[in-house]
Amino acid sequence: MTRYVLARLGGVVVILLAVCLFTYLIFFKLSPDPAVMICGKTCTPERIDSIRSVLGLNQPILTQFGEFLRGIVAGRDYGAVHCPAPCLGYSFQTNESVWSMLTSRLPVSITVAVGAAVLWLLAGVIGGLVSAVKQGTWWDRTAMALALGGVSVPNYVLALVLQYVLVVKLQVLPFPSAPAFGDDPVLWFESYLMPWVVLAVGYACLYARLTRSNVIDTLSENYYRTARAKGLGGALIMRRHALRPALTPIATIFGMDFAGLLGGALITETVFGLNGIGKLAADSIAKNDQPVIMAVTLLAAFFVVIGNVVVDLVYTALDPRVRVVSA
Amino acid sequence: MSDELFVVEDLTVTTSTGRGPVDVVKNVSFTVGRDETLGIVGESGSGKSMTALAVLGLLPRGARTSGSVRLDGTELLGRSDRELRPIRGNAISMVFQDPLSSLNPYYTVGLQIEEMYRTHRGGSRKAARQVVIEALEQVRIPDAGRRIDQYPHQFSGGMRQRVMIAMALCCSPSLLIADEPTTALDVTVQAQILELLAELQSTTGTGMIFITHDLAVISSIAQRVLVMRSGDPVEYGTAEQVFSDPQHDYTRMLLDAVPRIDDEVAS
Ligand SMILES: Nc1ncnc2c1ncn2[C@@H]1O[C@H](COP(=O)(O)OP(=O)(O)OP(=O)(O)O)[C@@H](O)[C@H]1O
Ligand SMILES: [Mg+2]
Repeated sequence: MTRYVLARLGGVVVILLAVCLFTYLIFFKLSPDPAVMICGKTCTPERIDSIRSVLGLNQPILTQFGEFLRGIVAGRDYGAVHCPAPCLGYSFQTNESVWSMLTSRLPVSITVAVGAAVLWLLAGVIGGLVSAVKQGTWWDRTAMALALGGVSVPNYVLALVLQYVLVVKLQVLPFPSAPAFGDDPVLWFESYLMPWVVLAVGYACLYARLTRSNVIDTLSENYYRTARAKGLGGALIMRRHALRPALTPIATIFGMDFAGLLGGALITETVFGLNGIGKLAADSIAKNDQPVIMAVTLLAAFFVVIGNVVVDLVYTALDPRVRVVSA
Repeated sequence: MSDELFVVEDLTVTTSTGRGPVDVVKNVSFTVGRDETLGIVGESGSGKSMTALAVLGLLPRGARTSGSVRLDGTELLGRSDRELRPIRGNAISMVFQDPLSSLNPYYTVGLQIEEMYRTHRGGSRKAARQVVIEALEQVRIPDAGRRIDQYPHQFSGGMRQRVMIAMALCCSPSLLIADEPTTALDVTVQAQILELLAELQSTTGTGMIFITHDLAVISSIAQRVLVMRSGDPVEYGTAEQVFSDPQHDYTRMLLDAVPRIDDEVAS
C-alpha cells in the first residue's frame, strides 16, 4: 500500500513537471514580450535590455524554464532583488510576489469551494435519495424537472439574477465582500451565501439525478432483495444495502468535481467581485500578467492531479473489490 | 391437515405490464410437510420464482396476489412488509439463483450473516460471530474463522452458494426455499451443493421447496413434485407418481428431455 502511494506521488511529480513545461512554452511563445510590457509607456531600448537581462529573457528558453523551477524549489535572484522559495516571480502589473498573491487569496477561494461543496452534496444527495424512495410521486417529478432545469442555467446568469433580486431590489443580503469569519460571522455567512448557491446549483442538480438513479438501481439489485429476504428493514437495510453501494461511486465523482472547481470559481468570484484565485486568474489573463497566469495554471493543475490521487486512494478504501487487488 | 408445515392454496400472482395485468402464477396449490422436500419444475418463465417470492412478500412493485399461503396455520399472504420481516429469514428463508449478485459486495460475508442473525435473535456481535463461524463450518467452508472476514468476491461460485446456504439456515428456519440454487454453478459443484442441501435438510428437519428446471435434480431430492407451465400448475403429486406415471403431456415431454439418469441419481 505504501509503495502504491509512493508510486502515485512519483507520477504526480512527473505530470506537474509536464504541465509546468507546457504552460511555460505556451506563454513564452504566444505572449507579447514581457520586457516591453513591464517597461510601460515611457520606455527606452536600454531599459528594455536591462529588464531582459534581470528577468533572464535573453537566455535560451530551457535555461529560463530551469531557472523558473529552481526558483520554486530554492528561490532565485532578480538582479538585486532576492525572491525566496517558493518563488513564482513577481506580477508584471503590481510587482507583488506571485506566491504571496496566491496565498493571500487562497482562503477566499477555499471558503467559496468548501461551502459550495457542502451545499451541493447535502442538497443533491438528500434530494436524490428522497426522489428515489418516492419514485414516480409528485415530489419526485417536480424535483427531477427542477434538477434538469437547474443544470442548464449558466451560473453567471444565476449570479446576476440573484444579485439583482436579493441585493439590489430586496436588499436582504449585503454585497459580497469576503469579510473574515472572526470579525462578523453573520456578515461572513451572508456574504458567501450567494457565491455558494451559485456555484452549488449546477452540481446539486447533477448529483440529485445521479443519486436518484444509483439508489433506484441499487434497490433492484439482487443483494437488496436478499437483504429483504433476510428480514432486514428500516435504517439498517437502507444504510448498508442501498446507500453504501449507491453513494460510493458518487464519492469518486465528488473528488474530481471538487478538485476541478477552479473553473467554476473563476466565473463566480469574478461576478461577485470576491478576491479569490478565480478572480486573480481572470484579472491576470485580461492583463496578460504572465507570472500570475503561470502560477494560477499550475495551481489548478496541482489540485486536479492531487485530487485524482486522493480519489483513487479513497475509492480503494471504500470498495473492497479494488482494495484487495491493489494490496 | 394440521401436521402440514406449509400450505399454499389457489395462489395467483398478477403483475402489471405495459399491456395490462398478466397472471404469471395461476391457482397454484401445494403443501410441504415437515422434513419434506417439494420440487417445483418448469421451463424458464413458468412462474416458479414468482411463486417463491410471493410467499415472502418480495414480489416486484405493482404485483398483486390472491389465495392463501399458511405456515403452521398462520396466513402470510396480504401481510405488510413490517409484519413479514420477523418471518423472513427466520421462519422461512431463501437461497437465490446467482450467489455473487445476491451478496452485497461492500460487506464481508460474516457481517452479512451476522446482521441477519442479530436482527432475529439479538445478542452481541461477539456471540453472533461464533454462530456465524459454526454456520460456515456446517456448510463445510474450510478455515471458516478466517473466511468470515472476507468479501464475496474472494470466494468461488460454489463457496458463495455455501455462504448463502449457511445464511439461510443460521436462524434454523422451518422452511427453506431454494430457487435454482445450482443453475449458476458448474456441474461438479452443482452435485456437491445438492448433496449438502439434502444432507442439511435431513439433519435439521427443515421443510424445503426446491425450484429447478432440471427434472433429474428433482428426482434425487424431492418427495413431492409440482410441474408448472406458463403460470399453470400442470401436474402435482408424489415423486413416484409424477415420474412413473405422468398424467400430462407436458410432464412427459420434460421427462423425455432428461437423459435417463434419474434412475441412477435416485438410487
Ligand atoms: N418484475 C417483473 N414484472 C412483471 N413481470 C415479471 C417480472 N419478472 C418476471 N415477470 C414475468 O413473470 C413470469 C414468471 O417469471 P418467473 O421469474 O417466475 O419465471 P421462472 O419460472 O422463475 O423462470 P426462470 O427459470 O427463468 O427463473 C414471466 O413471464 C416473466 O416475464
Ligand atoms: Mg426463476
